[in-house]
Amino acid sequence: MIQSSKFGNKKTIIQKLKELDYILLTSLILLGFVSLISMYATDGGEILFHTRSHFFKLMVFFPMMIILSLFNIKFWHSVGYLFYFVVLVLLILVSLIGVEASGSQRWINLYFINLQPSELMKIAIILCLAKYYHRLKINDVNNFTTILTSSIIIIIPIILVLNQPDLGTSILIGLSGLVVLWLSGLKIKYFLYSFSIFLISLPFVISFLKPYQKLRILTFLNPERDPLGSGYQIIQSKIAVGSGGMSGKGFLKGTQSYLEFLPEKHTDFIFTLYAEQFGFVGSLLLLALYAIIIYRIVVAGIISRSHFARLFCFSFSFAIFLYVVINMSMVLGLLPIVGSPLPIMSYGGSSLLATLVGFSIVLSARINNQQIIS
Amino acid sequence: MLKKDLSFQKLHSVNRRMFIIVAAKVVIFTGIISRLFSLQINESKKYLTLSDKNRIREWKLPPTRGEFYDYFGNIVAGNQRIYQLHLVPEQVEDFKNLMVRIKNILNIENKEFKKILRKKEQIKPWETLIIAENLSWNDFTKINNYLHELSGVKPVLSISRYYPYREKLTHIVGYVNQVNKNDIEKNKNLKNKFVPGLKVGKTGLEKTFENELIGTNGIQRYEVNAYGKRINQLEYQKGNQGKNIILTIDTEIQSLCNELLNGVAGSISIMDIFSGEIIAMHSSPSFDPNLFLFGISKDNWQMIINDPMKPLINKTISGNYSPGSTIKPIVALSALENGIINQNFTIKCEGKTEMYGQTYHCWKKEGHGYMNLRNAMKQSCDTYFYEIARKLGVDKLSVTAKKFGLGRKVFDNLFSNEKEGLVPNTVWKKNALGKGWLLGETMITGIGQGYIQTTPIQLCLMTAQIANGGYKIYPKLILKDDNESKFKDKFKSLSKNQNNIRIIQDAMFSSTNEVMGTSYRSRIDDIKYQFAGKTGTAQVKKITEKDRELDLKTSQIPYEERDHALYVAYGPYSSPQYAMSIIIEHGGSGSTTAAPIAQKLFKLLVDRHPLREKLKKKTLLEL
Repeated sequence: MIQSSKFGNKKTIIQKLKELDYILLTSLILLGFVSLISMYATDGGEILFHTRSHFFKLMVFFPMMIILSLFNIKFWHSVGYLFYFVVLVLLILVSLIGVEASGSQRWINLYFINLQPSELMKIAIILCLAKYYHRLKINDVNNFTTILTSSIIIIIPIILVLNQPDLGTSILIGLSGLVVLWLSGLKIKYFLYSFSIFLISLPFVISFLKPYQKLRILTFLNPERDPLGSGYQIIQSKIAVGSGGMSGKGFLKGTQSYLEFLPEKHTDFIFTLYAEQFGFVGSLLLLALYAIIIYRIVVAGIISRSHFARLFCFSFSFAIFLYVVINMSMVLGLLPIVGSPLPIMSYGGSSLLATLVGFSIVLSARINNQQIIS
Repeated sequence: MLKKDLSFQKLHSVNRRMFIIVAAKVVIFTGIISRLFSLQINESKKYLTLSDKNRIREWKLPPTRGEFYDYFGNIVAGNQRIYQLHLVPEQVEDFKNLMVRIKNILNIENKEFKKILRKKEQIKPWETLIIAENLSWNDFTKINNYLHELSGVKPVLSISRYYPYREKLTHIVGYVNQVNKNDIEKNKNLKNKFVPGLKVGKTGLEKTFENELIGTNGIQRYEVNAYGKRINQLEYQKGNQGKNIILTIDTEIQSLCNELLNGVAGSISIMDIFSGEIIAMHSSPSFDPNLFLFGISKDNWQMIINDPMKPLINKTISGNYSPGSTIKPIVALSALENGIINQNFTIKCEGKTEMYGQTYHCWKKEGHGYMNLRNAMKQSCDTYFYEIARKLGVDKLSVTAKKFGLGRKVFDNLFSNEKEGLVPNTVWKKNALGKGWLLGETMITGIGQGYIQTTPIQLCLMTAQIANGGYKIYPKLILKDDNESKFKDKFKSLSKNQNNIRIIQDAMFSSTNEVMGTSYRSRIDDIKYQFAGKTGTAQVKKITEKDRELDLKTSQIPYEERDHALYVAYGPYSSPQYAMSIIIEHGGSGSTTAAPIAQKLFKLLVDRHPLREKLKKKTLLEL
């Protein structure tokens, strides 16, 4: 037992590369390719700024993901808290010296990239909580101190992100944190309690919402309320998806996108552009790709010996699932527009970086699945 | 062991919880897929329609107007290519600078320049601004030379109305100009066809036949982006040109009419006495309709409306004149028809006659002596006609006059500005003026003075119906008149006795072709051109005793008080074909001013007759 763990510790790089999850890797590369051609379509069939920038980011971050995945899972375990605190400091920095754009302050200018720490927090919080619960005995999970500690870990970044303001990301951070608690065995009654407290406090929460956020909720309930104003985005996005039909309008022939009816088509609404061009069939294929990816993450968790790796993989698989579902529900008019990117597909460096860091941890967990973390 | 047990417990817990999550994932993914299915499969048609509604926008193009031709196929109102300068404000970087540049190249006046700038404020930035409506070829090439410096400016080839005969047919054809709110309210058809810059008929036949002429819009279908900007053209649907209209007019003769009336106010109408086709119809002075095409200048407009000879009025159909002696053929005919007199009825003219203490003068102070019908017509003896009018009575006279086309519109609804004239009778006076008819009024009606009012075209029709042997005809300006079947009484005999018509014709012949005839000096001896006619001189102002003593020459009387000169005629006498009426406002006497014009016209009419006949046979064969 000890032998093998020592042995696993000393795998050569070649061995590690051989043991990479190639199904997951291939799916990710395919997704990267789909996102590139979608970006090419948003630029109207030309290689312009967005396509070029997205291409470079993929070219930098993909190799980086593979390199990071060669780090032992123990390394990720050891930096779990540090990572969280660094991102937390960055979030505080954002509120102090952040770059403001379209009414919210989310970015730090690092000269070569405008970093959005809230995106990194989506991974950091899982990593941090996974490490926290890894050490914990099952009996201690429902202790008051444990619940308080983990609640603080979750609530601090949420408040910082809400303050930017960025409702979508703070919801995702909160849910990512909660899923770790759920998987760690926090009693269901606590979830029910907090959910009912949430429901009761909802009217108060709403009174604290910014006017534009209230408008989004009203618009979600009835987009036709103001078709040229706040309802415009969701109406146009439904038209784009619906008019795609069975097989789509064809590559580069999405009229809703090239005639600029689609809002935010590079980022949050990239799926509508894709669905318009490739139709129901294309949408199913894309969903299948995501399903494979999520499945492979779960598999990496199942075969992991360490609780940390397992907890991280399961939580991360749920996080990816959440990103996809929330983004799609949003553009399909099932949820209010809250602003959340589609992983890997959407334009945006920080989100891509955070997602790929998450995947490198998953890849590492798979390579080192026999690793025991004390 | 305990530790191992605990870790096993932990593993078991996390796996169980994961299983719940996986189940939730499957359910939610299924939900997303069913939503996709409902949008992309079930409702795809609805969203496809919405998407097309988003992206496709139609632009109507101005329709191409039908053209007018004369009888021989010459274009009277046509469409010409014109050069325009267009600009779409949003496609221009520095509008002000560009406009100043264009202003300098084309030498646009300040006033005009400001007008263009104002127009720009009224349109949307992606709509077309017309900088110049009608560029000369010179300016057009100039612009093309500088085009590389004028990005955003588009030289455009467009179509516009033009009237090659300028002022010669203005009163018949009318003219077109920019459509306004009033036009659209009156003609609902225009609302559907409206495009900025649409031109519609404002007067004349251009107005009457608007709906036939206008044609249908072409449609350009463009793909537009979210901001309404045109991205590319999807489809171009050509519009249909409006119906072409062939007139019965002979532009050669029409042109001669123009020439003959040059410098005077008056009217000439010429008609085919069998078909009713109008050969020429001119009101003088006229004006150039081309001036109105791109907005008439203030100076030109002032010149037209301040002209004392009133060029805007179509005197041929809107001018109410006393017929003067040109009514005498009808008075004589009515007397014959009603058996009041026969052609041998004779009176002695002593220059004047008295009735209830009122003196009625003959134009010849010393009197004509013994006059029978033929001589009275020939020399236009007023005394004779006072007498037969008195015997006939105004009511019987009015019946005959109306039968021959006086007192009612000749062209029905063809022109909105046609006047009915007035044929008075006792009932009319009672109703209109509330007074009883006086016998003296009958007498002056007998020489075409007093209440009686006729338009020149009515006099022409009257003459034509005498010339063709007393048969009813319907004058027409449009060659292929679809409504012809509705004139059931066409060619119905208007007289009880053909012989009565013959007597009148013979008297009119004598008036022109025999010594002592009032228009003897204007006769043509050549039998080929020989014509018959009747002069008339209509008083504008009542002649006082003092005037009679002065006996001034026309040139000595102020213009507005001079008599109108009239002449009605038909010919060639051997085989009558055409009738005409001529009126020269304030022209003095009919015999000196109006009749000589007829002489020149009959020459050309008869010479051109074979051409017309040849064409008529050809079209008949084609039919």
